[in-house]
Amino acid sequence: MNGFVYIKALSAPSINRKEVLRYAGALSETEEISTLLDECIAEAEGKFSYNVCYKELSVCECDGALDLGFCKVSSHALSKNLSGCKKIILFAATVGVEIDRLIARASAISPAKAAIFQALGSERVEALCDAFNDEIRKEAATRGYSTHPRVSAGYGDIPLEMQRDIFRALECTKKIGISLGESLLMSPSKSVTAIIGLQEIV
Amino acid sequence: MKITEYLKENRIYLDGATGTMLQAAGLAVGELPEKWNLSHPHVLRSIHKAYYDAGSNVVSANTFGANSLKFSESELEEIVREAIGHVNYARDASKAEQEKWVALDIGPTGRMLKPLGDLAFEDAVEIFAKTVRLGVKYGADLIFIQTMNDSLETKAALLAAKENSALPVFVGNAFGADGKLMTGADAIAMVAMLEGMGADAIGVNCSLGPASLGGVIDKYLEYSSLPIILKANAGLPRVEDGRTVYDLSAEDFATDSAALVERGVRIVGGCCGTTPEYIEALVRASEKTPVLSIEKKNHTLVSSYTHAVCFNKPVLIGERINPTGKPRFKEALRSGDINYILREGISEGEHGAHILDVNVGLPEIDESELLAKTVYELQAVTDLPLQIDTSNVAAMERALRSYNGKAMINSVNGKPESMSSVFPLVKKYGGVVVALTLDEGGIPALAEDRLAIAKKILAEAAKYGIDKKDIIFDPLAMAVSADENAARETLRAVEVIGSELGCHTSLGVSNVSFGLPERDIINSSFFTLALGKGLSAAIMNPYSEKMMSAYRAYLALSGEDKGFADYIAYATARTESTDNKSASKSSDTTLKGAIIKGLAADAAEKTRDMLKSKAPLDIVNSEIIPALDEVGIGFEKKTVYLPGLLMSAEAAGAAFEVIKGAMPGDRSADRARIVLATVKGDIHDIGKNIVKLILENYGFSVSDLGRDVAPEIIVSEAKRLGAKIVGLSALMTTTVPAMEETIRQLRREIPECKIIVGGAVLTAEYAEKIGADKYAADAMDAVRYAENLENLQ
Repeated sequence: MNGFVYIKALSAPSINRKEVLRYAGALSETEEISTLLDECIAEAEGKFSYNVCYKELSVCECDGALDLGFCKVSSHALSKNLSGCKKIILFAATVGVEIDRLIARASAISPAKAAIFQALGSERVEALCDAFNDEIRKEAATRGYSTHPRVSAGYGDIPLEMQRDIFRALECTKKIGISLGESLLMSPSKSVTAIIGLQEIV
Repeated sequence: MKITEYLKENRIYLDGATGTMLQAAGLAVGELPEKWNLSHPHVLRSIHKAYYDAGSNVVSANTFGANSLKFSESELEEIVREAIGHVNYARDASKAEQEKWVALDIGPTGRMLKPLGDLAFEDAVEIFAKTVRLGVKYGADLIFIQTMNDSLETKAALLAAKENSALPVFVGNAFGADGKLMTGADAIAMVAMLEGMGADAIGVNCSLGPASLGGVIDKYLEYSSLPIILKANAGLPRVEDGRTVYDLSAEDFATDSAALVERGVRIVGGCCGTTPEYIEALVRASEKTPVLSIEKKNHTLVSSYTHAVCFNKPVLIGERINPTGKPRFKEALRSGDINYILREGISEGEHGAHILDVNVGLPEIDESELLAKTVYELQAVTDLPLQIDTSNVAAMERALRSYNGKAMINSVNGKPESMSSVFPLVKKYGGVVVALTLDEGGIPALAEDRLAIAKKILAEAAKYGIDKKDIIFDPLAMAVSADENAARETLRAVEVIGSELGCHTSLGVSNVSFGLPERDIINSSFFTLALGKGLSAAIMNPYSEKMMSAYRAYLALSGEDKGFADYIAYATARTESTDNKSASKSSDTTLKGAIIKGLAADAAEKTRDMLKSKAPLDIVNSEIIPALDEVGIGFEKKTVYLPGLLMSAEAAGAAFEVIKGAMPGDRSADRARIVLATVKGDIHDIGKNIVKLILENYGFSVSDLGRDVAPEIIVSEAKRLGAKIVGLSALMTTTVPAMEETIRQLRREIPECKIIVGGAVLTAEYAEKIGADKYAADAMDAVRYAENLENLQ
């Protein structure tokens, strides 16, 4: 199974309004903010896609570094996260470019809306990751594996530069249309790459 | 034989996947397939030979990802040379008897172009150009651009191919199951753009199996006059017994592809998952199918990065992005307030315009620079096709070059120098050009004489290879107040150009009423009359209810509005908006209350009302400022959250916009000038935009340089504008060095200027380390700092 990149389109997870508002920096919902959020959700209707590409790889620790099958990395945080894991799922997820266009358009006419769209996009891509993670957890359980919490490049001492290796390994651009800029920003901006450790249940 | 010659009478078979074959031969995870050209020459040669043996006419060299982003210059040259060499070797080695050609394969750069990503259009053109030049040098017979999932990147590649070679160019795009490219373009939009630019064959590759691509292929066949390409995957991948298999067998793939060959596909092969076995089956399944001749289509199309507008039904071209007679617009152009222009464009679209005319010509500005910037920025916020409106040919070329789609061009006329400068641009970049029926003799009075100029223009265009479907005549609406016969002759000209030449027409409708009162009455009736004579398009004001009503009524009456759906929707929306207006008037909050609640429309309405009895400055001091203070303090105390702060800021902005109209002079003239920018490499700017909005609310004069701005430009603009404060934003750790460099340069060049920094990755300590004066945690923090600074001075 090593080496093959799978593509998966998920169905839309339901929107968690509280979470959107949390991303927007609002800890409570006033009537006006609630109306604005409704408006944004209606405008974004049908503009999200929910795509993931992923592959399963073997992982081993040798000479003090982790060999993830697509790159070698020394990271305390990652070693800790993957401790006891022999395999990983490497994945990239995106909710597509349309939300970036909504944000750009709103930026010109209403920064408040832009902030809500920004938050909505973040909530959507995290919800997509959660949904995918859940599928992986269930599927792994049938094979006798438990999953570790997902972790991304840039977290703790995991080098952000690893993004380049991830993009090469997953062919994110070809598979689901995410590209990596020179400063390691992803486009579409509402995209995530992450690693899920798989540990054998004994 | 040249492939384009052969294509006139014959079908062409392409090869199948190379990547799939290389993986089967042991290409490792993450390894660059192009390197195998150097390390595994025999593998490549045998793959290529197998395809020729299977019946492929065209085999693509293993250069899909061979570009200067991935390889050094010398490595790239070696790769392209060897890759083409391998195909040439296979061609000579194969004993198969069909005609054979070698293609230089060009795939996406892997980077997203601006504004969605960070790769500049001209950089993309140059990346492709390097590969194209090598392909020419080492003897490729054609260029095959494929698997492109973004329209602008496709344009960059095609432009590079055309500018750096005389080889035939085939273009394949990767459409998703929704019938669109990843960045949104549909099939007709791609046909419009690629045909306009002179591709030799266009079509579809990768993504899906042949049957799933049938819908997209049908659109290509319906709208394009070029040979159509199909290069589908072997269905979708899945796992079987731990191995990857595609769900279509060679026979099924061949049957499904052959069905589309019967519908008219002329160039056919396979993409991911296909092997020589698939190509052999495909040839067997389709070689006896008769080759259909390709019919010329006459659709007049302009396009954006999402869709095409077809002139088979009257088209509205919004005229509002134009400084003529608009002081507020002129002010926006001079001060670089691009957002004002963008809002105008978005609003025109919301009012029903199909295309936006873009004219930013003012004597004292660099039109070439500003037009290109405006077109670029508009394409980030609206998906309507644009009409590039300028008499400056250099500005026209620059705007057309990086325009994402097939633009409308305004205009050319019957003067030789106009045609000789505009037609080459239409030919090179594609476009539908508006041709004014005037020449060195001026505007003829009679319709027949305008027709004669139209004929002359058509004949000249033909010499450049520009088809009449890409010319729309504007027989010129003249002021009826100056000549009573003016409207009648223009209407006759619309009619004869339509009936005698079979060409489309467009009018700048509003000119007809120049010098008369209540111009909308005259304009809308003239518009209806012209539509009745067959007018195809109008440059008009979409905010005019009379014009929009005339348009909707005409469509309903002429049978072009099926089931009156559009008319009823229009009428319903009108009734609702009238109801809303009366409802909002009766709301009982004060202006201060409306701003605190963040109700923008209400705040504007209340300001208008208050202006009847109160001085503008009184309103600012007694209502707007206290409201902003209350919200600002609430935000600092964390009782008001960011969305609430922004909504109030917008409501205050709406009130200020009304006040501005009533108050001469600039409120911000005596407050400090602040320059804001997101630093080089960083393309996310929402934080910076928030800071800008709030600073403006507090009366600061803010110049926004945008995102991804080089240090040199920030320094020179801050100098030019006399900035007291420069605000810099960075979102990523990787772009903080660019921020540091900007600060270094600012310190050197304008030591007295204060520097505020902010952004997700920054902290007060970090800000100090890189030499900033102030770390602003949020927008209010920046406002307070700027206010304190002012008080000290």
